[in-house]
Amino acid sequence: MSHAEPIIEARGVEQFYMQQDGHRTQVLDPTNIAIEPGKIVALLGASGGGKSTLLRILSGLVRPAAGEVLWHGKPVAGENRPNVAIVFQSFALFPWLSVIENVEAPLKARGVSAFDRRKRALRILDTVGLDGFEKAYPKELSGGMKQRVGFARGLVVEPEVLFMDEPFSALDVLTSETLRGELLELWTSRKIPTNAIFMVTHNIEEAVELADRILVLAHRPAHIHDDFEVGMAHPRDKKSARFVELVDHVYKVLTLPDEKHVLPSARVEREQHAPLPHARPGGIAGLVEILGDRGGSDDLYHLADELVMELDDLLPIVEAATMLGFLEVTEGDAKLSAAGKMYAEAGIDQRKQMFREAALERVPRLRHIQSALRSKADHTLPAEFFRDILDERFDEKEAEQQFQTALDWGRYAEIFEFDPATDRLTLHEATLTGGV
Amino acid sequence: MGGLSTAAPGGRLYLHRGRGSLATDAVIFAGALAALYALFGVGRVWLAPFHASAGISRSPWMLPLYATYSLGRMGAAYLASLLFALVYAYTAARNRVAERLLIPLLDILQSIPVLSFLPGVMLAMVALFPGRQIGLELGSILLIFTGQVWNLAFSFYASLKGLPQELVEASKTYRFGSWQRFYQLELPYGAIGLVWNSLMSVAGGWFFLMACEMFQLGNRDFRLPGLGSYLQTAANHGDTPSILWGLAAMIAVILMLDQLLWRPLIAWAERFKFEQVESGNAPQSLVLARLGRSTLLAWLLRKAIAPAWEALSLRMARREAERGPGGPGGPWRALAMRGVGVAVLVIILFGTMRAGRSLMELTSADLVALLRGAEATLGRVMLALAIGTAWTIPVGVAIGSRPRLAALAQPLAQIAASVPATALFPIVLLVLIRLGGGMGIAAIVLMLLGTQWYLLFNVIAGAQAIPTDLKEAASVYRLTGWDRWRLLILPGIFPYLVTGLVTAAGGAWNASIIAEYFHFQGRVMSTTGLGATISHATDSGNFQLLLASTIVMALVVVGVNRLLWKRMYRLAQTRFQLA
Repeated sequence: MSHAEPIIEARGVEQFYMQQDGHRTQVLDPTNIAIEPGKIVALLGASGGGKSTLLRILSGLVRPAAGEVLWHGKPVAGENRPNVAIVFQSFALFPWLSVIENVEAPLKARGVSAFDRRKRALRILDTVGLDGFEKAYPKELSGGMKQRVGFARGLVVEPEVLFMDEPFSALDVLTSETLRGELLELWTSRKIPTNAIFMVTHNIEEAVELADRILVLAHRPAHIHDDFEVGMAHPRDKKSARFVELVDHVYKVLTLPDEKHVLPSARVEREQHAPLPHARPGGIAGLVEILGDRGGSDDLYHLADELVMELDDLLPIVEAATMLGFLEVTEGDAKLSAAGKMYAEAGIDQRKQMFREAALERVPRLRHIQSALRSKADHTLPAEFFRDILDERFDEKEAEQQFQTALDWGRYAEIFEFDPATDRLTLHEATLTGGV
Repeated sequence: MGGLSTAAPGGRLYLHRGRGSLATDAVIFAGALAALYALFGVGRVWLAPFHASAGISRSPWMLPLYATYSLGRMGAAYLASLLFALVYAYTAARNRVAERLLIPLLDILQSIPVLSFLPGVMLAMVALFPGRQIGLELGSILLIFTGQVWNLAFSFYASLKGLPQELVEASKTYRFGSWQRFYQLELPYGAIGLVWNSLMSVAGGWFFLMACEMFQLGNRDFRLPGLGSYLQTAANHGDTPSILWGLAAMIAVILMLDQLLWRPLIAWAERFKFEQVESGNAPQSLVLARLGRSTLLAWLLRKAIAPAWEALSLRMARREAERGPGGPGGPWRALAMRGVGVAVLVIILFGTMRAGRSLMELTSADLVALLRGAEATLGRVMLALAIGTAWTIPVGVAIGSRPRLAALAQPLAQIAASVPATALFPIVLLVLIRLGGGMGIAAIVLMLLGTQWYLLFNVIAGAQAIPTDLKEAASVYRLTGWDRWRLLILPGIFPYLVTGLVTAAGGAWNASIIAEYFHFQGRVMSTTGLGATISHATDSGNFQLLLASTIVMALVVVGVNRLLWKRMYRLAQTRFQLA
């Protein structure tokens, strides 16, 4: 296919927040993306990694903190507005409007007359297979049907680019497979009134099944780690060797440790503030046990498949276990370390002890909390103190989650205790006498 | 196609052609005629010259007229409150600078007892419109407005702030103009909150309306013909039959409003519930169902209202589409905003200086009396709350735990609660005088009457909300008697109780202004208290004292708010939250 002029082009777009002390929290590193007509592009990455931010910047919903977005070669401003549509993860239908009123709403916003609106809306509803449901209200529809309405609404304005933000992740497996198939059919038979599709997903198989081009987003701060063409013809056989190879490749790319790319001096700062992966001690123990059961190592893709886990759910646990030194990941395979093997076979008390040692040795955040508590004579501090520190490095929601994860780990490891009534952390008795 | 027809049950307007009900149409037509007649009649009265002493008749035949007057005032005040609340909330939600000022202001204004303004507002309005009845009417409307507007504003503000992120993004992506966004997203999302708050505001408004209608200042009679003044006149003369007629009329009006306005509105508002799945038992309304079958309404909707609405929204949409996404508004707008801000500050400064200078004229004896009064009233308020809590907790828990009892008791309690305590006050005084009690007791009784219902409803709701599994755990572990209360019931109802207490306290302070100083049967009955000071200062025209006592009351209320209620709220949210 010839390289046509890109419909949307992002040059050096970045997203960051300025904190009060002048420090900058970088959410998205400077990124360049071009969306060309005639292609489906998938943006892949774990949740919270900035994929949705990037989608919103590209679609013109959010202004980037730096860089520019070009629509047909000209900056997005005033009259030069992108003609795009977005299909949302949770459908975003207006509950008090009927199906047809929901679909007509964008046309109403563009000043289309009632007669024309009705005609176009009925036509597109027919295309997505909702003929006869015009008067129904979203409450009465199943998840799959609601998303069809979402598609109808997006397509009725005949957008040049159709953006999709994890469109199938709120649906059950069978429904999402059906919808994916129908979307693909509409696309390949050119029945869909749009020139390009840009979808964000955390489902690797979905991306490989649908997309012509895949962008892999690594996180914190988000940056495009990999950008490759899929090059398979539709329809794609999910059991074919090439398909499996591609999926495996993506797993490798996603689990490649990114410390490699960081300069030594910057590394020290990063360590202090290395974010905790959001996994619970129970989950980590479970993963280690399962791997122990399989002789100490397994392929991550295989593991995810067998456990019917999404990347979103598995990766944080893998990261956490790696951080604690129980696991090593190489080339998409997870392998138990010597410590990990011991952990898999230990009893409850011994596990706690091992977790504690690993946490204090390898998780700077928990070490920092412990030394802060130690430095006080009464060994107690208000939780606000630690929340404030996290607030400086992360945005509000993420900071709270980081705090909760640190609490989980610290309490399990008996490093400190937390009293919700007084909102204070106290050094655990054991650390006073014994002594890590 | 055409019209708004849907097969779904519940709260949706279910209009269909053909088998319309003639009876419903006739009723609607007659109703419209009556409303028009009432409007003209009221207008004629308002523009009439001012009577120095309004002759309030005690004849029961005047009751329908008086009821119409009262309703008219309520209606006007409510519409004004709604419009103002929408604008206020919108400004606060959209403009960050405005938000930082408007929301704390709302908090304070909500806490200040409305009735402390009653004398001031009435006098000001009479001065503005000398010689015409309309001054008094506007004064009463303004006062009711002051009592209603704040919780409407806050409800809409809260819903604007809580708009689901994805719906906002959808409306931005699909280029909704601000008008379309308002009527397709923001207003529907806030509708349920507005309906419930309207119900509460109007219920509270009756309280103030009655007080306004009964208002007398020294020997100047500012009373307005209406249900409140009727009851007061009847009580003044000890005319028991008239009292009963008046009460009956009052209850009838409230029941009518409930059935013809609130229930249909609540049923209709169900369609705006932001939920993903149909709930099993949506509120139903017979009136709404009947209205749905009216051919007249359907015809009106199709021929007149829908096309007009369509033309309007299309025009707005096209205008916004041409203009493109709204820019920052240019330098003139910023300058104008700044100018307005400076002007407001200057006015506030000027007013404060004048107020401060006049306050200097107070003697220390005055101040001591003020503080003593504040202490007395505070004591009464707390006592009333304590008595209220003491009886509503056992009764409320009993009702809330037994669904069948609840189904029976709730409508009764709602009717009892709707009768405004201020209307009953003259009757209460009558009874107490016959029994030999004093004003102090009367004040506490009035406070109780006005506020115990808030407590009761909240306790019932709290008892109903205790999760079944906690109750089962309690019985498995054989928790009985005091233990059961201490560990399960009291903590369970605590958050709800706090909500009730805050509202009840506000109502009690308002009540004190009437309850502690009252014109009855030709003489003035009063007791030591801040409310009495306010009323007495008004009576004797001592404006410095009026200003000072109002400020003291506001300070005490806001102070108690911050020190006591906010703390209890926080406790309720952290320790006793069951979610």
